[in-house]
Amino acid sequence: MTTAPASNLLARLGRFIAELPGAPMALVERVIGTSRMAYVFILPNILFFGLFVFLPIGIDIYYSFTGGTALFPSQRPGVGGLQYHYLADCKNFYDPSSCREDYFWRGMWTSLKFTLIQVSVMVLVSLATALVLNMKIRARGFFRAVYFFPVLLSPVVVALVWKWILQPQGLLNAAIVGMGGQPILFLADAGWAMFWAIFVSVWAHTGFYTLILLAGLQAIPRDIYEAADMDGTRPLRQLVRLTLPLLWPNLLVVLVLVTIRGVQTFDEVFALTGGGPGTATMMIVQYIYTTAFASQVPDYGLAAAASVVLGLLLLVLTLTQLWLTRRRGAT
Amino acid sequence: MAALELHSIAKAYGRVSVLHDISLAVADGEFVVLVGPSGCGKSTLLRVIAGLESASDGQIRLDGQDVTRLAAAERGLAMVFQSYALYPHMSVRQNIAFALENMRLPKAEIARRVQSASEMLRLEPYLERRPGALSGGQRQRVAIGRAIVRDPKIFLFDEPLSNLDAELRVATRKELAALHARIGGTMIYVTHDQVEAMTLANRIVVLRAGRIEQIGTPLELYNQPCNEFVAGFIGSPRMNFIPVTAAEAGQVQVGAARFALAAAGALAAGDKATLGIRPEHIDLAPQGGDLEVEVNLIEQLGGETFVYGVLGDGSEVTMRSEGQSAIKRGDKVGISLQRQHVHLFGADGLALR
Amino acid sequence: MMSPLALLRQRRNPGRIGFSDVLAYIYLAVGVFLMFGPVVWLVLSSFKTRSNLDEFPPTFLPLAQQSVAVKGYDSKLPLYNVTMPDGSKRVLAQVRRIGVISQLVDPAAPQTIIKVNMDKRTALRHLGLDWHNYEHPLRHFNFGRYLWNSVFVTVVATLVTLLINSMAAYALSIHEFRGKNFFLVAVIATLMVPITIILVPVFVVVNEIGLDNSLWAVILPGAATPTGVFLLRQYMLTMPRELIEAARMDKASEWQIYARIVMPLALPALAVLTIFSVMWRWNEFLWPLVVLSKSETYTLQIGLNAFQGDLQTQWNYLLAMTVVALIPIALVFVFLQRFITSGIANTGMK
Repeated sequence: MTTAPASNLLARLGRFIAELPGAPMALVERVIGTSRMAYVFILPNILFFGLFVFLPIGIDIYYSFTGGTALFPSQRPGVGGLQYHYLADCKNFYDPSSCREDYFWRGMWTSLKFTLIQVSVMVLVSLATALVLNMKIRARGFFRAVYFFPVLLSPVVVALVWKWILQPQGLLNAAIVGMGGQPILFLADAGWAMFWAIFVSVWAHTGFYTLILLAGLQAIPRDIYEAADMDGTRPLRQLVRLTLPLLWPNLLVVLVLVTIRGVQTFDEVFALTGGGPGTATMMIVQYIYTTAFASQVPDYGLAAAASVVLGLLLLVLTLTQLWLTRRRGAT
Repeated sequence: MAALELHSIAKAYGRVSVLHDISLAVADGEFVVLVGPSGCGKSTLLRVIAGLESASDGQIRLDGQDVTRLAAAERGLAMVFQSYALYPHMSVRQNIAFALENMRLPKAEIARRVQSASEMLRLEPYLERRPGALSGGQRQRVAIGRAIVRDPKIFLFDEPLSNLDAELRVATRKELAALHARIGGTMIYVTHDQVEAMTLANRIVVLRAGRIEQIGTPLELYNQPCNEFVAGFIGSPRMNFIPVTAAEAGQVQVGAARFALAAAGALAAGDKATLGIRPEHIDLAPQGGDLEVEVNLIEQLGGETFVYGVLGDGSEVTMRSEGQSAIKRGDKVGISLQRQHVHLFGADGLALR
Repeated sequence: MMSPLALLRQRRNPGRIGFSDVLAYIYLAVGVFLMFGPVVWLVLSSFKTRSNLDEFPPTFLPLAQQSVAVKGYDSKLPLYNVTMPDGSKRVLAQVRRIGVISQLVDPAAPQTIIKVNMDKRTALRHLGLDWHNYEHPLRHFNFGRYLWNSVFVTVVATLVTLLINSMAAYALSIHEFRGKNFFLVAVIATLMVPITIILVPVFVVVNEIGLDNSLWAVILPGAATPTGVFLLRQYMLTMPRELIEAARMDKASEWQIYARIVMPLALPALAVLTIFSVMWRWNEFLWPLVVLSKSETYTLQIGLNAFQGDLQTQWNYLLAMTVVALIPIALVFVFLQRFITSGIANTGMK
């Protein structure tokens, strides 16, 4: 009581606040009994999950079978499978412009293209970084932090950081002009916009996957390498025959995680390119967002149907992940 | 303070039964020790009494009142845990006062009780410390203090000394005995250490495999163990068991030797039985004696001597004698059994009297 | 004593510096440049004046025109390095410019006006941080409001998250009850339902409850988080059971056990969840973008995005506000990086 009165006061305040629900909770406990108190404690969480996760799944499916522009369920007429029919109405599935909902298919194809390229680049870069960070280098903590810190940045900040560099009068164009080239309108060119969308998303997230891979690398016992050294195994062969097979489970996890997140990419790319130029970088999530919330006439039913399709896609990917990790556990 | 009655308590986890038909009456102010080998169910029984586990069957009465369905907090008991379970983020004072605050006692009363408990347990210098800054013995005293201040109906102890080193264990044992003498509370104490049981208890309850083997005062258990298990469990070093065969009326045969025993009267000729004799009840007999032993180890402790040997039929025997001894390994010595201390157990393990 | 040179040469693994080490350090150096460079550039740029920003090629550091008070002139006059017709160089203050002719005076002798051609003078500049970029949008645009909204959302959402998830974790770790496994599975299942696939229905629910266009619409839907429940539950499972039993014997009610025993002891895990929650909430983008349509309720992220979407991007303000959005995260990074990386290593989630 004699020392640090301020922290003491704070502790008392904290205790006071913590005790506030004490009396009503004790009353509840007396009424329903101690053994049932667990339900009371879990109730708020389950209520939130029910209201904002489980109920919405049901609404999502229900809405995908309704039409009209009204938001509330009571004012929405059922239309059967019409929305799905609209989505699938294509003369040629490889050519989005032949589809009734061409933006949906453009979004799907763009997401697919983005995901495939981004996954391979992300895994390679993360793996390379993890391997380098796992070497006997000085200031490893610092370098790890350097690669990690963009993970914490918000997508908007990430996008603006790069947009500032990529803009016509930006640093990159200054360098190009300085070397005698012509300025490039990076974000106004379809090819370049896709390139930078992938680049920026790798820049922003590679640190996270590097961390997972590094943890995997550090779990490989050192003496395996010592034994390999004794056997005169060359470094490259150690990498191919020892490190990669032993790291495979972690690589698999990263691969699936990057894929699941790649399919859902929206934030950075939307803030960087707005989906443009045209629809060059418009992903499937942006299609859902635009259809429901950013068009003149909101089409909740169509957006819900597209969400259900995306949800099924993610479910397949997640089950693949579970299956892969389960198999890993078995062997 | 209160009396406790257990009526046919049983406890099962799914299909695994850990307690069978436990009935026990503990008188007000009595110190009862539950003892038995690990896995015998003694800790489970204590937790059932505490209300931390519910009994699958049976009834628990406190001062005649049925508390079987009451939660731990409502039974008014206090418990000292094996790990002490002190709240690591609270000072010693807060640890001791926590229960009193939960009971919403007036502040002055809490202060008074904490004061008197800490005086009794010599904890005053440490009241503002956290448990992490205390030695094992001090933590132990805090755990006891936390129980005492509540003035509980019964104190429950779950192997409270097992985390202390040997020296401290003896010292704390004495303090516990003194504490019981001073406050006179009803105490139920679980241990696997029969020395603790013998020194602390008014009565000992020996448990094995979830059943009560015997209940009695320490000396009753020592002098009249009702079966082979209790006989072997109580007393240190362990009682010697020698297989015997009943000969004609009142006599038993051990290898080539044969001698008379009162308890053998119940046996028919040719019956197998086990003779039990404690090491301290065997005398060395330079001439003759009942049996001959070949010595294979001597432990000279100065004040006493332990002699380990083998009988002609291969059974091992331990002997304890006062003072020092000139016997050497390899010697063959005669021994005689003090007749009044010989126990005889039938083929079913029960004592024959 | 070791000589400084020997200290420099000392390495973790004694021996020669191999080819692969050189490659590794080159890789890392490029990494530092690529990862840090853009952010450093953003921060430097945010302190440049509008005109300094418009320069091409850009200057590395923020430079500001030096100016001086000259007798006879109300406002300060900008200073220039001037090459005089005779080849000598002087520092003069410019009074005005007409066409390509610049009229300058010597601050020490302001009576005589000196006329030189514009290209004979260069601005005298010094390193100067222009705080106007920060001050103006916070005062005169809505950015002060956005900032407050972001702080409010982050703080309140984190408190709600800590409360309800720790309560659930308490029930799921300390208690045994019928249906426990069902609840555990339900919590895990929510991991598989990202917000991207339930945008429409959550929007419907929020509107049905009447939370549309309120900050609570941002706060509540993400408050229950499976990551939080499992992070805390994992930690609570390691607490000694006897501690909880001792508290029960001490007549503590369930709420008291939760609030006075379990929560104080779970502080390390609560700290990790706090950091995570602050990061999530401060950076959250898609859901607020959907649900906040009135400018007064924008969070900083949404405000920034809306501001950059305007036709005439005012980069000087945008850059400064981006830095504001970055500051809390930078602080978290500098001081709490260790917690985050270990948190991710323990849960595999972020």
